[in-house]
Amino acid sequence: MNLNYLNFEQPIAELESKIQALKSIEDKADITQELQALTNKSNLLTKKIFASLSDWQIAQLARHPNRLYTLDYIDSVFDEFIELHGDRAYADDPAIIGGIAKLDGTSIMFIGQQKGRTTQEKIKHNFGMPKPEGYRKALRLMKMAEKFSMPIVTFIDTPGAYPGIGAEERGQSEAIARNLFEMSTLATPIISVVIGEGGSGGALAIGVADKMMMFKYSIYSVISPEGCASILYQDAAKANIAAESLKLTSTHLKNKGLIDVIINEPLGGIHRNPDQAKVLLKKALKQQLQEVTATNINQLVQQRADKLLSFGQFQD
Amino acid sequence: MSWLEKILPSITSVAKKNIPEGLWEKCLKCEATLYAEELKTLNYVCPKCDYHMRISARIRLDGFLDEDGQTEIAPDLTAVDPLKFKDQKKYKERIYLAQKNTDEKDALVVKSGTLHGMGVVVAAFEFKFMGGSMGSVVGEKFVRAAQLSMETGAPLICFSASGGARMQEGLFSLMQMSKTALILKLLSDKKIPFISILTDPTMGGVSASFAMLGDIHIAEPNALIGFAGPRVVEQTVREELPEGFQRSEFLLEKGAIDMIVHRRDLRSKVHQLLQALCHSQKNG
Repeated sequence: MNLNYLNFEQPIAELESKIQALKSIEDKADITQELQALTNKSNLLTKKIFASLSDWQIAQLARHPNRLYTLDYIDSVFDEFIELHGDRAYADDPAIIGGIAKLDGTSIMFIGQQKGRTTQEKIKHNFGMPKPEGYRKALRLMKMAEKFSMPIVTFIDTPGAYPGIGAEERGQSEAIARNLFEMSTLATPIISVVIGEGGSGGALAIGVADKMMMFKYSIYSVISPEGCASILYQDAAKANIAAESLKLTSTHLKNKGLIDVIINEPLGGIHRNPDQAKVLLKKALKQQLQEVTATNINQLVQQRADKLLSFGQFQD
Repeated sequence: MSWLEKILPSITSVAKKNIPEGLWEKCLKCEATLYAEELKTLNYVCPKCDYHMRISARIRLDGFLDEDGQTEIAPDLTAVDPLKFKDQKKYKERIYLAQKNTDEKDALVVKSGTLHGMGVVVAAFEFKFMGGSMGSVVGEKFVRAAQLSMETGAPLICFSASGGARMQEGLFSLMQMSKTALILKLLSDKKIPFISILTDPTMGGVSASFAMLGDIHIAEPNALIGFAGPRVVEQTVREELPEGFQRSEFLLEKGAIDMIVHRRDLRSKVHQLLQALCHSQKNG
């Protein structure tokens, strides 16, 4: 069993390992046809498997160990990224990366959550779980963006805000609340993309946006499937059932009008073709940037407010 | 059954056990037997140990507002089931049972009225309604309360008591956080005061949105207030939590709240604060 593949990807993994084996044969003359046939078969199989993914399988793709993280995108999506550090009050939180960059020639403020791939990186970035100082750094940069009329682009990828002792002591609740408060009327365009996992308030705290986008196999939820399952069924292992209930996929959320745009993923998910994913993300960002910058800023802020007020379903 | 609902009936049953119906109540903290009529006049604070009992939204509002001139805002807003949420019990059934148990439509009750003659809009959580969880109805009611404040210029006050966002409404619940934060930003731009009163418990999505966005933060003594629940924090850090962690006194020390006020003094303290904050309106 290939550990870089999820359970439901294993049949694809088998074909792919055969293809790799063939590719490593030196004399290609006799195998071209066979290679082509196998590649076609692998693509067809991937298409078939991905045509009927369950919500739980999508949640697993959103957290796939080989999925691209924020830092994997920055160099290809933006030009001239200059990282900025610290909240000016307590610390720099590496779970949130921030800085100035160029997108399609426009200066923007970038803010993104970083999970980390190796164990060492995961520890450094705290598995993408920001502390209050991370949210306060983000807010500092967003206010700067407003001051210098720079659109804001945020990448969301977090299991949630960090539930630690220090985080509570330094006001995790207040830090998140403050960001929601300020972002709601910030006088500069805000574009957010869920690139992997959108974990509750920890995600929303950098995700109050004019354009809310999600990669196709990313998730965005009020509670993790595991957390939901342990409350409803007293069993975190029933996360697959909870994932279906929570309607946390891009398709569900688009249907409910809770997000604006779904960004397509390469066949088999981002991890199968990272380069194509970067191109798709850049294209989507450029398009949304053109739209928001073409709108008068007062009108944009008004539209953002109207959208926020419209969220919710009830009987009056 | 959610963990909150699991806790709730056991609390009520403890209080009622071995006590003649309605006449006596038992303090959950010091277990003193208390005369129900007396307890009512003490705003449900134990006279022996000062324990502030959890109280219903109606008792809260009736005890806080002047008796005359109360009007309830958006009393008929009711939850729907936007996700057709799959669970052992249907969401609609949970709503129905909560309504039956509490006699409320949802977890927030909003009233306009007066405090020592001063016009105010007050929202109070009904914790027994699905753990005071915030779904679309709570968010919308809070928005309507703030809108009324903006129309009339009356200060907004909210008594929070909530476990957080209501997971049965999924991302709709999460969006109530940004929705309520926005309306407070608009209220703030109009320079109308918002006083947030944190009562036991105020956690999760409610704590991480409007409850922590007051001009003034007041907590009742020993209330549990925080983002993540203490058990989650304990499991994450794998060490013992400091004494009094996430309690009002802890938050005061860490700088998250302005003051801790005994329930009997809330009316006068809030009135005093509002008079100071609204001085310009009176003068001009």
